[in-house]
Amino acid sequence: MNQSAIDQAAAAGVSPLTATGASVSRPFDLSSSRSRNVSERIIGLLLGACGLVSLLTTVGIISVLFFQTVEFFRSVSVFDFYLGTEWLPNRGSDPLYGVLPLITGTLTISVIAMLISIPMGLLSAIYLSEYAPSRVRSVLKPVLELLAGIPTVVYGFFALTFITPNLLQALVGKDRVGAFNALSAGIAVGIMILPMVASLSEDSMRAVPRSLREGGYAMGATKLEVSTRVVLPAALSGIFASFILAISRAVGETMIIVVAAGSRPADLIPNPLQQLQAMTAYIVQVFSGDVSRGSVRYQSLFAVGSTLFLMTLLLNIVSQRLVARFREEYQ
Amino acid sequence: MATQTAGPVHVAAPTRSARPTEFTQSEPIVQVRDLNVHYGAFHAVAGVSFDVPKNSITALIGPSGCGKSTVLRSINRMNDLIPNCRVDGQILYHQVDVNARKVDPVEVRRRVGMVFQKPNPFPKSIRDNILWGAKINGFKGNADELVERSLRQAALWDEVKDKLKENGLALSGGQQQRLCIARTIAINPDVILMDEPASALDPISTLKIEDLMRELERQYTIIIVTHNMQQAARVSDQTVFFSLNEKRQGVLIEASPTAELFTHPRDQRTEDYITGRFG
Repeated sequence: MNQSAIDQAAAAGVSPLTATGASVSRPFDLSSSRSRNVSERIIGLLLGACGLVSLLTTVGIISVLFFQTVEFFRSVSVFDFYLGTEWLPNRGSDPLYGVLPLITGTLTISVIAMLISIPMGLLSAIYLSEYAPSRVRSVLKPVLELLAGIPTVVYGFFALTFITPNLLQALVGKDRVGAFNALSAGIAVGIMILPMVASLSEDSMRAVPRSLREGGYAMGATKLEVSTRVVLPAALSGIFASFILAISRAVGETMIIVVAAGSRPADLIPNPLQQLQAMTAYIVQVFSGDVSRGSVRYQSLFAVGSTLFLMTLLLNIVSQRLVARFREEYQ
Repeated sequence: MATQTAGPVHVAAPTRSARPTEFTQSEPIVQVRDLNVHYGAFHAVAGVSFDVPKNSITALIGPSGCGKSTVLRSINRMNDLIPNCRVDGQILYHQVDVNARKVDPVEVRRRVGMVFQKPNPFPKSIRDNILWGAKINGFKGNADELVERSLRQAALWDEVKDKLKENGLALSGGQQQRLCIARTIAINPDVILMDEPASALDPISTLKIEDLMRELERQYTIIIVTHNMQQAARVSDQTVFFSLNEKRQGVLIEASPTAELFTHPRDQRTEDYITGRFG
């Protein structure tokens, strides 16, 4: 049935459906409309093109990283890079490119950040999802999400000018805590990613059907038991996903670390109370300096960058496996 | 399964014989006294009173929206979980008012279990579903034995004994509902509330649940909400009929031994409803 038939039927005061049902003379028409086919195809192409942009960007990033990294490994052996324990790219005649101190620097800050954000984020999520009265929740959740919009450089300032002097130096002692230190940067990164953990975990906990909670309550469970033994396990895959996103953000975080953690590569096992250099901070440091294109130091940035990329990729793959194994599907 | 078909129900589904005399003698375990429930400004249930005798099955029937489920959920204080819900009046369980200030709803629910309309097993193994409630209630005995006994009582053991480690949600709807009954039995309650336990199930599963209820009646007291009058007539000893008054509030019309209610209803509204003339 085409549009004109509908119009005619409507004009005649008859419902179009009964009109077609009654019209025996008109052949029953199911053939497709040409103009609709064309527009559908164009829309499909447009949507596909948008998706393609992000795909091409990813391919572009990977290829840039890859080519420069290969160049870098012509000058420095892969073993020296990945197994070397000293990072001295500035040493004039004989620079050392052992990336391990940068990796442990990044990991130190990430671990501190996770120690802060995972427990606190999860507990806030449980509070928001299970305990908070709806009025409290309707205020807290937007505030939490607002926190995620604060520029990271501000968190860096906060770490440098508040956490270090007022918290760490006051508690541990001024002589034992450096002005730049990994702990304050780690705490700030943890606070930065906390809203993400809390908000995403809360979303997945609230998605757990009410009937499951009622099943728990009906057997004489307390709120705590329902929260931790029904809702939490059922929401685990979403909660895990939020952890992974948080770890990726922590590993890739730059500004806070540049501002608060310092720029001197630390030992293989860094002291969190002293300054260290993370992978991202090194990249910023060199790019903002006067490094010449094509030099080994320049290429080392890409080697460090691709290592960072591999780390987050690995993290994502491992965590997806974990999620698949531990998830409790409720529908 | 035919639900609420027209025609006199007592002809289609004979009630159980020789029960009324037996149940009227037993002591009441739950006594509802002048129960009023509000959802915000909405007065959902008005002035409901009835007794539930021990080791019997009481069916709550009536048209949709007449407050049957609300009454049921008041007994184990599940309405506490609904914001803006206010319950007034007394619900005496073993002579103790469950709404009294010093009563902990958790303690009430440990003794008054509940099975819901839609089967809601936890997304855990069959075994863990049974043990979940027992564990939070401090069960220290033999877990294997408890799992087997509960599943046997719920008439599910033979169907699942070889797959206790499988997810409870992998079972069919009827099996899931029996699993929910089994996990309720596992905490050894006194009273079991059932909120339309068979309405989402096929006829064969429904019959299995009904058979099961008759078994369970020996040990437990069962209160069931059902839309299905034949079901009420088949399984229950006592039937409580609810309807709406002119203010659209759920009210109790008649509470009688089932055989009596379906054969000689005292109220015209009951008769209209059970003969399908309710409009």
